[in-house]
Amino acid sequence: MSLVLEGFLNTVALTLLSFAGALVVGLVVAVLRIVPVPLLRGVGAVYVEVWRNVPLLAWLVLFVFGLPEVGVRMPLFWTAFTAIALYEAAFVAEALRSGVNSVASGQGEAARALGLSFRQSLWHVILPQAGRRVVQPLANIAIALTMATALAGVVGVVDMTRAAQRINLELAQPLLVFTGVGLCYLLMAAGIGFGARVLERRLA
Amino acid sequence: MFDAPGPRFRRRVFWVSVASALVLAALAALALRQFAANGQLDPVRWRPYLTWPVWRYLLGGLGSTVVAAFATGVLAMAGGLLLALRPNRFTRAYAEVMRTVPVLLLVYVMLFVLPSFGVNLPLFWKLVVPLALSHAASCAVIFRAGVGSVDPGQREAGLSLGMPDGAVTRFVVLPQAVRHMTPLLVTQAVSLLKDTSLGYVVSYTELLFNGRVLANYNGLLIQTFIVVAFVYLVVNLALSRVAHRLEARRARIAR
Repeated sequence: MSLVLEGFLNTVALTLLSFAGALVVGLVVAVLRIVPVPLLRGVGAVYVEVWRNVPLLAWLVLFVFGLPEVGVRMPLFWTAFTAIALYEAAFVAEALRSGVNSVASGQGEAARALGLSFRQSLWHVILPQAGRRVVQPLANIAIALTMATALAGVVGVVDMTRAAQRINLELAQPLLVFTGVGLCYLLMAAGIGFGARVLERRLA
Repeated sequence: MFDAPGPRFRRRVFWVSVASALVLAALAALALRQFAANGQLDPVRWRPYLTWPVWRYLLGGLGSTVVAAFATGVLAMAGGLLLALRPNRFTRAYAEVMRTVPVLLLVYVMLFVLPSFGVNLPLFWKLVVPLALSHAASCAVIFRAGVGSVDPGQREAGLSLGMPDGAVTRFVVLPQAVRHMTPLLVTQAVSLLKDTSLGYVVSYTELLFNGRVLANYNGLLIQTFIVVAFVYLVVNLALSRVAHRLEARRARIAR
């Protein structure tokens, strides 16, 4: 039973932490993709393309087994956290960027016509309007991230899915165990969806 | 997002570029130093990846990846079509469950649960069936959005010309819907191709699994997985490029 709890807590912790990390990195990358410096825009574009075109499992394997080979040693949980956060950051960046792009370009032009600088028009005009529109896409990314943490189980983190598989070996009650774990994921997704709706209403 | 830059602004952009180039160079140097300090840049450790047998093995894995992705794609599109045609409580619940439950869990069900009920599929299907089940839900969403994106006036126009309902769907609505859906389906193919890396778990000999076998054999962990990641990157970038091209063409035709 403690294995179930450990797995559940690990999944929740990994989801929350990686999502926070992905938000921070994704925000940076999204800003890189819209600044007026071509080199930085290129860096942002390369980041997004490289991270989202390689499977997360490949990144996890590369990080977990590869990093110790180049002398970077971290606890397993934090290695998985790094890989998942950096991977999902690419998707967060794209969601943020399309949110910014969805704000009509007339808004940006109006802000500049009033004499606001790039930074001012971004912070006071574009981002508040974009914020509302990115809540739903970000919630979808958070749900996808919940599912993605299951892959950390493959490289050794004892998450919910991994725990289910281990318990199943002992209990031999597959239907019960796997349905229960599936329900846990459904509950987490429902929680995220609920939070997103509340947040959306607050921002509207 | 910004005006055509003036001279002062252009100078600032120049200095920011120089500064960021220096930061990037420093990061790259740091990474290289870390690699070199642990002997990972040793030519001996990279030379195997210039030889044909190693590449033949990896490309064989890529072939299996593509076969699995193709089979999954066909099944998922068929399933998605069924789901999209009958929007009812069951299909909605199905889509909701598939959107939230990890594919890995479904794979584990295939691997550890079904055999105890006497359903023991070959490895290939243990990978393909869970993937198809989950991607069918995504395909259904794409199909529904595609049909929804066709102007209702098109259907009305067809009906007012006296065409039967089925013919309107087949000759007027669907061709336009397909044009809307194709870029999304190609994007879905990228995500599907990435998901086949779960073959690593079921021991289906696709690209990532072959990478693991190779790394176990020659002990070149980091080199092998960097090369594998690179292969994934090239294939998926090509697919993304196709999606982008299709999307641009669709936008041009729509205008």
